[in-house]
Amino acid sequence: MTPTSEPTSGSGSTGSAAVAEPPALQLSDVRKTYRMGDEEVVALDHATLTLAADEMVALIGPSGSGKTTLCSIAGGLLSASSGTVVVAGQDITGYQSKQLSEFRRDTVGFVFQAVNLVPFLTARENLLVVDELGRRRGKPARERADQLLEELGLADRAKNMPNQLSGGQRQRVAIGRALMNEPKLVLFDEPTSALDSKLGDQVMELIRSEMKARGTAAVIVTHDERITHYADRTVHISDGVLDA
Amino acid sequence: MKLALRELRRQPGRFVTATVILTLIASLLMLLGGLLDGLLSGATSAVLAQKGELVVYSSTAEDSFQRSRITTDTSATIAAVDGVSDVGGIGVVQLGARVPGNDDRDLLDVVLFGYELPPEGVAAAPPTGQAYADATLEAQGVEKGMTLLLGQARTPVEVIGFVDGLQYSGQGTLWADATTWRGALNANRPGAGVGDGVFQSLVVELDPGTDPAAAASAIDAATDDSTSTLTVVDAANAIGGVEQQRSTFNQIIGVTVIIAIVVVGLFFALLTVERTAMYGVLKAVGARSRTLFGGVVLQAVIVTLIASFIGGSLALALDLAVPPGSIPFTLTPARLITSVVLLLLAAVIGCAFSLRRVLRIDPATAIGSGT
Repeated sequence: MTPTSEPTSGSGSTGSAAVAEPPALQLSDVRKTYRMGDEEVVALDHATLTLAADEMVALIGPSGSGKTTLCSIAGGLLSASSGTVVVAGQDITGYQSKQLSEFRRDTVGFVFQAVNLVPFLTARENLLVVDELGRRRGKPARERADQLLEELGLADRAKNMPNQLSGGQRQRVAIGRALMNEPKLVLFDEPTSALDSKLGDQVMELIRSEMKARGTAAVIVTHDERITHYADRTVHISDGVLDA
Repeated sequence: MKLALRELRRQPGRFVTATVILTLIASLLMLLGGLLDGLLSGATSAVLAQKGELVVYSSTAEDSFQRSRITTDTSATIAAVDGVSDVGGIGVVQLGARVPGNDDRDLLDVVLFGYELPPEGVAAAPPTGQAYADATLEAQGVEKGMTLLLGQARTPVEVIGFVDGLQYSGQGTLWADATTWRGALNANRPGAGVGDGVFQSLVVELDPGTDPAAAASAIDAATDDSTSTLTVVDAANAIGGVEQQRSTFNQIIGVTVIIAIVVVGLFFALLTVERTAMYGVLKAVGARSRTLFGGVVLQAVIVTLIASFIGGSLALALDLAVPPGSIPFTLTPARLITSVVLLLLAAVIGCAFSLRRVLRIDPATAIGSGT
């Protein structure tokens, strides 16, 4: 697959009357700099990237290349120093802290490298924590959590604590948590780095099937070239610069 | 908030240390408060039990019974002041009492009151030579029907019954008529003796609706400022040592509350540091700082309530176990509630140490935290 920053597949359209979904992600000339004493460090340099509504992109680069920074900006964890960031049609460029919290809760899902489940919550409660932090839909949220656990093959593990789950099961709970609020975009940060290759493949297959089944876009940050074939396309980043 | 409650339920071990320390602090607060209230009661209850609203001393007496003298003329003048419904003389003498069956040198410290207007819980003045005794004297071996011999003059006073909660300057009291009191005073303190009709102080009862402060001013004006009139509460506070005791204990209580603030502050700051990664993840998935901080405060309040309950139970058990008259300890509902409120305030203020930490946790740290 040729590396490119442009989407190679758009959302499916069923006819001339159907309205195409906006891209899941549009980064336009995004730049992120930090001050370190007298020096200005450029973490992301004029990055432009567009993801279609159901596209999976693997973002590959070595440590310090800026992939985590790009992911953080796309997910509303960091604000860009310049440029615009539009997620599912929502321009979050100028969002303040409270708006970014709501945006992250409602529009974006995260699966972190260290998984980071809440250790004293069961698998089901780890999914429901997203609802408890947000708009509290109550019964619909509980039903969605149960449905996700079923789909992820964890229905019989719903009442287990994270320390009673295997690494792969914990990863699946984290995926379920990311999908709880039906996000438009899910950001995966090194989802297989803590897993062996066989388990890593299983998790990547699960990620792909879940994202495609839901028509949800995903950015998979990784330094592992072996899993890139699960994505629709691969984008390389080096020293804060996306390959054209 | 649910998250905070679940953590308390499922990981109670994390909070044991803080709970134990706060329980000790709660017990200490309530013990100190009980001791203070016991000491104050022991010093002032005899005065606070007076049914009147005001106590009148001579103006040169510096609000002390022993230095004050009120003549019959002054008493009549005061009785005629607008708003005064009744006046009654009161006098005090502190003596050592010989108790039958005890060694002659084993004297019991008592305070003999001579009164006209009975205080709360005391009947009208008994016949001359008889007295009601405070219950703390019963605990020290005094019995009904016993004749105590007061002072070097061995003035006989027969105990005809007991009354509760009437102590003065930390000593048990005897309540007798004016004649008995004057006899004991004149026989044992000839240099401080008083004539017939003279009292050390007057208790003044006011008509309903009369302002005590205004009446006090009117009384002193009517006597050409030869008197100093105080409310009963002020008269109690003027007893020697009372303000000093209150001030000392309140300072100790204040320091204890500060220690509670520091304990809560340090403990929950440490917990917040331990939870940095978890808070980062929760913020990344949309938790607001105020939700996370609210959880910290809720946990601090619950831990404090548990500690207060245990500490309060220990203090109550001590109150029940202490024999009357042995230790000046009184645990009132007001003191319990005040202690709990102080601890809860300390808990909330202590949590403020964690607020800045919670605010500064960057959700971006949740990403890339494994690298």
